[in-house]
Amino acid sequence: MGLKRTKLLKSNSKEVNFKNQYTIALAGNPNVGKSTVFNALTGLNQHTGNWPGKTVTNAEGYCRYNDNKYTFIDLPGTYSLLASSTEEEVARDYIKSNKADCIVIVTDATCLLRNLNLAVQILSITNKAIVCVNLLDEAKKKGIVVDLDELSLQLGVPVIGTAARSKKGLDDLLITIENVCSGKIKCHTVKNLINGIKISVEITQNERDEILTNINKNCEKIHNICVTNIKENYTLKDRHLDRLFTSKLTGIPIMLIMLGIIFWITITGANYPSQWLSWLFEQIKFYLSSFIEFLNVPDWLYGFLIDGVYTTLTWVVAVMLPPMAIFFPLFSILEDSGYLPRIAFNMDNCFKKCNAHGKQSLTMAMGFGCNACGVIGCRIIDSPRERLIAILTNNFVPCNGRLPTLIAIISMFFAASFFGLLQGVVSTALLLGVILLGIFMTLIVSKILSKTILKGVPSSFILELPPYRRPQILKTIVRSIFDRTLFVLGRAVMVAIPAGALIWILANVYINDITLLKYCTDFLDPFGKLIGLDGVIVMAFILGFPANEIVVPIILMCYMATGTLTDYSNLTELYTLLINNGWTITTAICTMIMCIFHFPCSTTCITIKKETKSIKWTLLSVLIPTFIGIFFCLIINTISILL
Amino acid sequence: MNNKNLTLRDIKSGKKCTVKDLLSKGKVRNRLLDLGFVKNSIIEVLQKSPSGDPVAYFVKGCVIALRSEDAKNILVKEI
Repeated sequence: MGLKRTKLLKSNSKEVNFKNQYTIALAGNPNVGKSTVFNALTGLNQHTGNWPGKTVTNAEGYCRYNDNKYTFIDLPGTYSLLASSTEEEVARDYIKSNKADCIVIVTDATCLLRNLNLAVQILSITNKAIVCVNLLDEAKKKGIVVDLDELSLQLGVPVIGTAARSKKGLDDLLITIENVCSGKIKCHTVKNLINGIKISVEITQNERDEILTNINKNCEKIHNICVTNIKENYTLKDRHLDRLFTSKLTGIPIMLIMLGIIFWITITGANYPSQWLSWLFEQIKFYLSSFIEFLNVPDWLYGFLIDGVYTTLTWVVAVMLPPMAIFFPLFSILEDSGYLPRIAFNMDNCFKKCNAHGKQSLTMAMGFGCNACGVIGCRIIDSPRERLIAILTNNFVPCNGRLPTLIAIISMFFAASFFGLLQGVVSTALLLGVILLGIFMTLIVSKILSKTILKGVPSSFILELPPYRRPQILKTIVRSIFDRTLFVLGRAVMVAIPAGALIWILANVYINDITLLKYCTDFLDPFGKLIGLDGVIVMAFILGFPANEIVVPIILMCYMATGTLTDYSNLTELYTLLINNGWTITTAICTMIMCIFHFPCSTTCITIKKETKSIKWTLLSVLIPTFIGIFFCLIINTISILL
Repeated sequence: MNNKNLTLRDIKSGKKCTVKDLLSKGKVRNRLLDLGFVKNSIIEVLQKSPSGDPVAYFVKGCVIALRSEDAKNILVKEI
């Protein structure tokens, strides 16, 4: 098979002078690298994770090739067109609608046998199709040889081998797409293969059984002719890894250690860039101040711009960006390697005992990145009841916007008395503890929900454990910084500017010699004190509704309104500021508890509303965590008073 | 042992078997069929998860994890 390295002409431009315009749909089993093929063809960077069910809606991208314009539709990954999950309906309806000029059936060379199943089903609907045997590089490593020409003969449509991750074979694929679309290549699906296959919703169970058994028999025959395994035990490496990652003895400990290592790298690694950024912003502030003073602007404008907007903005960038920029790529690498489904496999029994679904641990893991993404990810859970449980509890894992807050408080109040390596270890252990508390509450709340308002028995759990793949570390880092980190940061900055402005105004507008801020915080203070916090912290959480990243900066701004703080990168000075404003260990603990257990951010709320299509569930998803947070803080505060 | 009612749940890790019949119904049945749990296909039992349930199976070149509730609905013959 001639795999060539190719350079593609990518274009998103809206030029009209194309010779022809074609629509191409990509279909295939979950986790066969469909999105990688899609990205490689269109250059649109949709994130591809190594676990089934990543693409939940149709993604669209464009590519220009030989003066023709191709629109690519990335259909959700499906195992078949005959079952009845939402993704399968979307894929089936699209293929049946004949909207596409050509269907590219993406298959995984390392498990072609199962993949052929769907290919045959698609071929029975349309013959304008190309089979793309992807992951040939992985197959080669495993000693699997696919005879592409023979496969093409057996199926009656063109078969192209690719290794989309290294962009090999894509040129061949594009040429073939062009030839099929323009009619140069005529596809003649082999008749015997598709005889008697009826892809429709209205078939009986018996018909369905018979069709699938037939397809399976045919596929087995084709597979035996076209695929040879040179190595006897080509799955041996994966099996060894699985034994390590999921056995009784090592499964859970390794899971915790991996999570620990990721947090440790995030915490210790984030310190240095944080300090550099703070120093940089300090320098900029110096010049900026001189410049503004030179312009002779009134004092209030100076305060508004520098003490309000600039300080909040730079805090968000200096303190929030480094942990995000480190955690996101690390997590993506774990995602790409194929380890996440193993977590679901390890944790399923815990979730089953709570009448929830094992895949909830996948959506929970996504929540570490962003709760809104986690909520969307819940679509991979088929049962509506279990999906709702997963949506309602997703907020119990701290997202990237909340992790830095937790890290900052831990470093100030708990890890400051330790030095060197020990400091990092203590911080990591504490953070891990807080997160495990979040996961524990996820399970408890899932259990309570499934015993009360979401009654039901656990549905089935059928999860594919895909082959491990070597993650592309450099690519992942670049992609996740551009895709995720900058996106989240952009959102935080958009919120930080108005929030900084608002706080400054509140702190500097006087009515009867008392600032507006004081009115607000005094009003909230009794409630805050009751749960171990104070009015400022409560207000910060409320104002942090659009983005949790700005909670700490708001707290600091409020305190600074009465005092002065010059170097906010210095944790000791921050610590002193908080202590001077009445913070104790109890306040720190309660703030951390509130940080994990409070209402989701506005984006997540909107997403929950969209996903559940119900105000009731959205409200519940706000009330449940908030209530738990207040309840815990109340208990902690009462105990600390009694002691 | 009554070989007639041997289910996938009874097969030990490392052993292989062939599917005789599927007792599950509805969506689960369809999903199992899609994934290759059809009559006569060969299934190899891989390892258990830390708590013993679910269990990973090797079928049609892929690794699929099933809960015991689903595995007990798959009638098999040991080979």
